[in-house]
Amino acid sequence: MNFPIEVNNKTILARRGETILEALDRNGIKVPTLCHMPGLNPTGSCRMCVVEVEGKRNLITACSYPVEEWMKIKTHSPRVVNARKTNVELLLSNHPDDCLYCERNGNCELQLFAEQLNVRERRFIGKKNKYKTDPSGSSIVRDPAKCIVCGRCVRTCDEIVGVCTLGFIGRGNQIIIGPSFNKQLNLSSCIACGQCIMACPTGALHEKRHSDDLQQALHHSKTHVVAQYSSTVAISLGEEFNLKPGREINGILNAALRKAGFDKVFDTTFGADLYLVQLTAEFEHRLNEGGRLPLFSSDCPAWIKYIEQWHSEMIPHISTCKSPQQMLGSIINRYYADTYHIKTEDLYTVSAMPCTAKKFEAQREQLTHKGISDVDAVLTTRELAQFIKLNGIELQQNDSELADYPFHVRSSAGKLMSVAGGQTEALIRTLYFRLTGNEMKQPRIAEMRVNKDYKEVKIKMGKHLLGFAAVNSIALAHKLIEEIKAGRDDLHFIEVMVCPGGCINGGGQPIRKAQNALKIRQKSIYELDEKDPISAAHKNPGIIGLYTDFLISPDSSIARELLHTSYKKREVPL
Amino acid sequence: MADILDEIIERHVNTERDGLIPLLQEVQSSQGFLSEDAIIRIGASMELPTSKIYGVATFYDQFRFEPRGRVHFQVCHGTTCHINHSLRILQEIERLLKIKPGQTTRDGMFSVDATNCMGACSLSPVIKVNDTYYHDVSPADLKEIIEKYKSNPLHP
Amino acid sequence: METVLAPAKEIVDYMLHSKYGSTNTTMEDYLSRLRRDKVNRPVIFVGMGTCGIVAGAENTLAAIKNYLNEKNIDAEVVEVGCIGLCAHEPIVDVQLPGKRRLALSRVKAEMVENLLDNILNFEVPNYSVLGQYAHLNQEAWDEVDELGSLPFFRLQHRLVLKNCGVINPTSLEEYLAHGGYGALERVLHNYAPSKVCDIVEESGLRGRGGGGFNTGRKWKIALNTPDDEKYMVCNGDESDPGAFMDRAIVEGDPHRLIEGLAIAAYAINSTKAYIYIRAEYAVAVKRLRHALEQATQAGILGYNIMNSGFNLNIQVSEGAGAFVCGEETALISSIEGKRGMPGPKPPFPAIRGLFGRPTVVNNVETLANIPPIIDNGPDWYAGIGTEKSKGTKVFALAGNITNTGLVEVNMGTTLKTLVYTIGGGIKNGKRLKAIQFGGPSGSCLPEQSLDVSIDYESLAEAGTIMGSGGLVVMDEDTCMVDIVKFFTDFLQKASCGKCIPCREGSRRLHEILENITKRPMNESGHETLERFKGVLQLENLAEVMRDTSLCGLGQTAPNPLLSALKYFREEFEEHIFDRKCRAGVCKDLRMFSIDVEKCTGCTLCARKCPTIAIIGAPRTPHFIIEDKCIGCGICFDVCKFVAVIIK
Repeated sequence: MNFPIEVNNKTILARRGETILEALDRNGIKVPTLCHMPGLNPTGSCRMCVVEVEGKRNLITACSYPVEEWMKIKTHSPRVVNARKTNVELLLSNHPDDCLYCERNGNCELQLFAEQLNVRERRFIGKKNKYKTDPSGSSIVRDPAKCIVCGRCVRTCDEIVGVCTLGFIGRGNQIIIGPSFNKQLNLSSCIACGQCIMACPTGALHEKRHSDDLQQALHHSKTHVVAQYSSTVAISLGEEFNLKPGREINGILNAALRKAGFDKVFDTTFGADLYLVQLTAEFEHRLNEGGRLPLFSSDCPAWIKYIEQWHSEMIPHISTCKSPQQMLGSIINRYYADTYHIKTEDLYTVSAMPCTAKKFEAQREQLTHKGISDVDAVLTTRELAQFIKLNGIELQQNDSELADYPFHVRSSAGKLMSVAGGQTEALIRTLYFRLTGNEMKQPRIAEMRVNKDYKEVKIKMGKHLLGFAAVNSIALAHKLIEEIKAGRDDLHFIEVMVCPGGCINGGGQPIRKAQNALKIRQKSIYELDEKDPISAAHKNPGIIGLYTDFLISPDSSIARELLHTSYKKREVPL
Repeated sequence: MADILDEIIERHVNTERDGLIPLLQEVQSSQGFLSEDAIIRIGASMELPTSKIYGVATFYDQFRFEPRGRVHFQVCHGTTCHINHSLRILQEIERLLKIKPGQTTRDGMFSVDATNCMGACSLSPVIKVNDTYYHDVSPADLKEIIEKYKSNPLHP
Repeated sequence: METVLAPAKEIVDYMLHSKYGSTNTTMEDYLSRLRRDKVNRPVIFVGMGTCGIVAGAENTLAAIKNYLNEKNIDAEVVEVGCIGLCAHEPIVDVQLPGKRRLALSRVKAEMVENLLDNILNFEVPNYSVLGQYAHLNQEAWDEVDELGSLPFFRLQHRLVLKNCGVINPTSLEEYLAHGGYGALERVLHNYAPSKVCDIVEESGLRGRGGGGFNTGRKWKIALNTPDDEKYMVCNGDESDPGAFMDRAIVEGDPHRLIEGLAIAAYAINSTKAYIYIRAEYAVAVKRLRHALEQATQAGILGYNIMNSGFNLNIQVSEGAGAFVCGEETALISSIEGKRGMPGPKPPFPAIRGLFGRPTVVNNVETLANIPPIIDNGPDWYAGIGTEKSKGTKVFALAGNITNTGLVEVNMGTTLKTLVYTIGGGIKNGKRLKAIQFGGPSGSCLPEQSLDVSIDYESLAEAGTIMGSGGLVVMDEDTCMVDIVKFFTDFLQKASCGKCIPCREGSRRLHEILENITKRPMNESGHETLERFKGVLQLENLAEVMRDTSLCGLGQTAPNPLLSALKYFREEFEEHIFDRKCRAGVCKDLRMFSIDVEKCTGCTLCARKCPTIAIIGAPRTPHFIIEDKCIGCGICFDVCKFVAVIIK
């Protein structure tokens, strides 16, 4: 039911039950927010969205106050603007004055507020909380001195991701946000998904940098530096360069990386196809030999860490397949290095991922071979962008080039792994072929493309009716695990992605660069799938070649050695 | 020690979230403080993340994370006591024992806390040492009080 | 030793039946004995409120019991709460057969023998006597003032505090004998919940926690919000430094609170109530839990209360130490087992509160007013006080006032009466400087405002708030800058940290004060300017904090500072520009020196000085080295010859 309210002397229509903020938003009137998280209950803690309402003594928060008929609102009166400005000045008075040295210089919400509200002098000078940074984690660095206690990371970790590693500690101006007992991140239950970084408005949380190591390696004459990057990076990187969001820029990226000095540029999507083939074989084996089912996906390192910490009893259900990044890294180290006579110690592999947990994954003990990591450094999409800019390369001014042989061909199924539900869809295509001998008539599976946290589809393949599920939340995964332990048996394969929406929304992606970024990235992936002639992993000629030449078959001893891994229980305070 | 903790947690095993603070209070009352181990076990028992338990415990003044000393000083810091210079008493204790409120001396002998108004304003400044109240205290009295407890913590 | 004739349950049954006109002489006799209308052996009452305990009442009690034992005297010893005259604790009352109850002040353990020797022989000592209670049928003591005629009591109207310090708070039977739970019984058997709300609304009772919202009206909102579960919550978080009204009520008369709470729960159709009380109030918590158990056993709580069909379960929730939990949404959050942080309103608790259900949060004193309102009717209550502020208010008088303690006066009493007549004026003959209402959220009033009437509207007009009742009286030796600094420090530590204006603003407010009381160190004009700028920023900061903070803590945080600046601007300017503290309180701004005329060279100060800043040979005048002096004041405290002066 609609009724009129007055905003800045103009009448607009509001809906009963909505908040002032929602009404303003719908009518294109923008009010600054900081602690607001769409879809979650408002806490009213930042006070940035305050507005003046006639008849109310104090300013009220638009995010929490419901609209009332005949409300007269002023969103930008001098009183309101002064309140917001003072608020920001108060934040700045307890914030390190080192914008120029900060990760988020140029992309910080506090900076943006200060600029929009015209803060030009330091009116409040006083004590600033001094905290040590916590660089202990493999993927994420905490810098509590820059924290403005908006609470978004805590709510993300708790209400969106569901592991609740971060919490508020203490009270008042001594509040610090951190894991229990303010322990270092590497001793906590953090699964390194990086969603907290995506939520953080300032530089209080950011990824561990690995681009410095890379710079060293590139300019070392003896080192042979190899890059691999995921399809998600290919469709998201452009946002960091003001290119059209969703545009796939593989071609120019290949050229740019070569300009930067990489000896070879490979496509992780090749690794994704390899993963899908191995995964299918593993699944088939379990299905026929009565092995442990359902089988859970294993390419999301945050998910793996979650299992190792909370549900180590489920380890036998997790696929032992390494992730695409690691499979390709492993193949590069052996097959590629051997073929081109490169010594392992001279080889430096870098991968660019939309993910922070991949940094954790790359240094896992189980993913080293004779003490050397299969992947030496992982860069996030953001780091890659910075790296390119640092090396003075104008991304757009490159001609499109192909990735290097032999890891350059990829299927669109491999690309589908960028979105939640995509891996399942891709798996189904190859599995169907393996079990029935025929290609699917309709390889596009609508049930895996709906925008839900939990997707399910049952498909008849030969004599089997198989259940597939794609779960996009730890809370739901936990629920599903309990159901399985209690006897649920209609599901055979379950994909779990920790980041909401899948890798396109990973912890390493561009922060707030494009409006509706997620939708656009997702659409881009599906469009690529429409157009690609190679729509399944098993149809990738490069993959076929690799087996013929080297791996022989998915269950050969070399395949098992290079492409599979193991997991171990981790003791951390939960 | 572990047994008592087990017993307390066991008794609260069906408790919902609103039973968290009473459980923390009981554990602190029995152990004198909240240890890391206690907090982790409480979290496990209540099926709540440790960070939430720790977050709740650190919000409130009552909870300590370091064991109390054998002799625990509580200095009232209400308005009337402040007007009657309770701050000087706190500073003198800090000077003599070299610990700040919330801390315990290294040998585990003494600890100190500044508390909110104890409600005995007519007798300010008021301090409480273990279970004994001292009123109309002046900073000069403290050295003697500390000596008394040093030689006999239980019956000064 | 007399045996208990009938437990509380029987009295309750009798109460339920006697309204039908039938009376039982045995029972009536028993009730009369419980009220001690007449006693046939000595009864000794010992004040065992927290103030009494701190003053040594436990030792006094032990001494009394010892004395009676040794002398083989058959007497009853009763522990009671606090009568409000805290400066005179430990207070001991003696009621001898046939005589009125006699109140004695400052009875230390070592005085017991002498005192009792006298009194038990019907001889009034010429020291320690406070007064005697008025009593129709008992003989008065000669030449002893009636307690009620003493200036401290004469102008009080002890409505809420009626039983405190008089009856045994651990005896449900005594409470019943004094008419207790009669109001609950009347409500349960005669009034619908909406009628109870009406009665309370008509009485004009307003929230005593400081909010001042009409209680009955608040209940109605919850009553009229449809839900199958509602909660009634009593706010006993009283963390204002210097406020102990609620503590005294719970320690002295816990059943009064329970009765009020039960009536309130009925009025909003709630069957589950909580009493949120500070864990630091150990004695009060113990008495409360004990009283709840008694009430449950007697059928006054629990299932089918007094055969009315109404069920009520009351749970005690101990606050773990957070001033902010006095705010209702923070309190609710704390009961739910979370960090006690306030939440946005709307939604208001009366519509969606504890566990998402309609909840009413009322202060202890508010609820303690309910039984007399029911007993005597709303018109009677509305006849007390002023036009807009009905009833009485309990105040905790603290600070430099002669009669520190707990008092209760009609709304409309003047501040002057409260401070001078009842409070006995300023201690040690000093001059009044300021009075702080409402604790760290309130404002101060200077001497010129003494004529203000104590009611919500007049106080608001005078620029302050009623607050919960903590009144701090400050004399000429108080530094207003220091007091405000104390409050800002308190508030910045109490802030929950959720919202920016309070979390950061309260700290900046405190720093402004720290800056102007900081030790001067070879300053340039620049620092002075910075200090002054800080004070100028103050107004804008205060305005934004008031306008924008999430809850009352942040909104009222600037009040003490703004009011002190208004009335004591000169004192602030002296600190800022002249770097002087006229009251000699600000440690860093004062210097001690020794008057060579008065100094006898006893070396006491030199020995006690923590920084060895005093030099001098024995029997020669000593000297304080300014550079080493940290202004702690120990020398000033210990000097027996008043030779140390504050410069």
